[in-house]
Amino acid sequence: MFGYILRRLLSTVPVMLIVAVFVFLMLRIGPGDPAAIIAGDNANADQVAMIRQQLGLDKPLLIQLFVWLRDILGGDFGESFFFRKKVADLIADRIEPTLALAICTTIIAVIVALPLGVIAAMKRGSVIDRLVMGFSVLGFSVPVFVIGYGLIYLFAIELPWLPVQGYQRIANGFQPFLRSIALPSLTLSIVYIALIARMTRTSVLEVLDEDYIRTAYSRGLTPLQTLMRHALPNAAVPIVTVIGLGVALLIGGVVVTESVFAIPGIGRLTVDAALARDYPTIQAVILLFSFVYVMINLVIDISYLLLDPRIRY
Amino acid sequence: MSGGAGATTRRRGPTLLREAAIVIPALVLALLVLIAIAAPWLGTIDPTLLDPTLRNKPPGYVGAIVRPDGASGPFTFHMGTDSLGRDIYSRVIYGTRVSLTIGAFVAFLSTALGLTIGMVAGYVRWSDGLIMRGMDGLMAIPPILLAIAVVSLSHAGVAAVVIAIAIPETPRVVRLVRAIVLTIREEPYVEAAVAAATPTPLLLFRHVLPNCVAPLIVQATFVCASAILVESILSFLGVGIPPEVPSWGNIMSAGRQYFRLFPHNILYPGLFIAITVLCVNILGDAMRDRLDPKLRKRV
Repeated sequence: MFGYILRRLLSTVPVMLIVAVFVFLMLRIGPGDPAAIIAGDNANADQVAMIRQQLGLDKPLLIQLFVWLRDILGGDFGESFFFRKKVADLIADRIEPTLALAICTTIIAVIVALPLGVIAAMKRGSVIDRLVMGFSVLGFSVPVFVIGYGLIYLFAIELPWLPVQGYQRIANGFQPFLRSIALPSLTLSIVYIALIARMTRTSVLEVLDEDYIRTAYSRGLTPLQTLMRHALPNAAVPIVTVIGLGVALLIGGVVVTESVFAIPGIGRLTVDAALARDYPTIQAVILLFSFVYVMINLVIDISYLLLDPRIRY
Repeated sequence: MSGGAGATTRRRGPTLLREAAIVIPALVLALLVLIAIAAPWLGTIDPTLLDPTLRNKPPGYVGAIVRPDGASGPFTFHMGTDSLGRDIYSRVIYGTRVSLTIGAFVAFLSTALGLTIGMVAGYVRWSDGLIMRGMDGLMAIPPILLAIAVVSLSHAGVAAVVIAIAIPETPRVVRLVRAIVLTIREEPYVEAAVAAATPTPLLLFRHVLPNCVAPLIVQATFVCASAILVESILSFLGVGIPPEVPSWGNIMSAGRQYFRLFPHNILYPGLFIAITVLCVNILGDAMRDRLDPKLRKRV
């Protein structure tokens, strides 16, 4: 088992290396002079030349790659020419709101989606099932920001219960924090709920056809007991998998949601960096988010060992 | 894994309902295509026409407009105007063109790319490892981030946005095609063709490609739906299509600042996007059930 965990851990290295090489090459093989792109539209020729020399852009590509990788492994993502700050510091400043948003969204999504999917599966073909499936397709089809503005209109303007925009740090008190994060998390959770509910339904449906479920019923177990003891544990692996894959959706959604709700997190930083063509920041953000995505899916892969004793590597 | 899913398909409601799941969204999409083509004749005015005196008017407002040719007259702004005094109805109707075009182009581009790369990976053994590791790397980058990064590299334009959205969509198509090729290449008729010294390109075209068509059509609809959404998101964030182009995302992006006072800026284009993407998704789901039950596990 530890051999498997180790192998799985090592297998993330090539993937991250490919992401890094891709992020590195993007700027170099894209149209235009990278030094000029990094310097921005207002830079003069001297500044561009200085940046070229500073970043070693005059050296061979392979050497540049190695220097860049070495810096990144040492936690040095370079300096943002737009924000005039170290990229690593820039990201550290903004990690709290993004983390809070992602965690709250995941909690809401799992709490809402699991029961929805299970009920839909147990009442297959019923009105509830159709409603859940309809909601799920709808959730995939409405842009996150439209949902966001819809919720703002309902719960912050028509019913002035929650703040329209902005973020309160946890250090400023837990209640203001919760009030500020409630609408963004709810907004972002919709698509995640759609995804998880759909997979839960499919997965539970499959398990419900199994012989051991019938046996459980015939032993006199109530539907709830059967569900908790036999159906859910066996349906867990695909559900957990989709929660992991959904993190990619979640990250994309964070970028949009932070913009709608004016939350000063990494998502908002990504958009600001893209608008300013602030390359060192964009590169760092992509690497960071991809790393998080890969790591979460690694943890989920390993969790299969706990969820399903049949899986042995 | 697809055993239960197959059972679901069999037990699914009456035929009429299944037909409806294809016919209704197909009709709505056909209507949207018609709207896109006939945009100039649907009582629209120039979607880029500005009028500072007509800023932020509510839906149904009647105002006088001066057309570029000098003719003036009363005009009803069915969906109101935006903060620059442009007619939202005209922008939404013309926006149908932009969104559908981008959806179609991205679906075509990533399907074509994915088909080519996937066939090579599945058939040319030595290339498989290399290609698939590259695809794994691409798939590890969240799609919207990748699109934002690609768009910010070049100066914004429709072509750049299409490419930026197509790149993250392609690896999923590659995986699908490769999986199909790997099963097909073991079939007796492929072995027979190999034994008959059929050249590889011809073999891929004649025996492998036809097996990919049905799943690819299904995949292309999902890519199309996702492309329309991602375009609206990129434009909304201000990193998509140039703001003067009336795309649904751009209309909402322009209306963002004054959302509290004038929600109609977001409401109407949002409704159009939701209906369009919903129809494409329902159509895709229904076609998948019909063409290829094995594909039900979409993520």
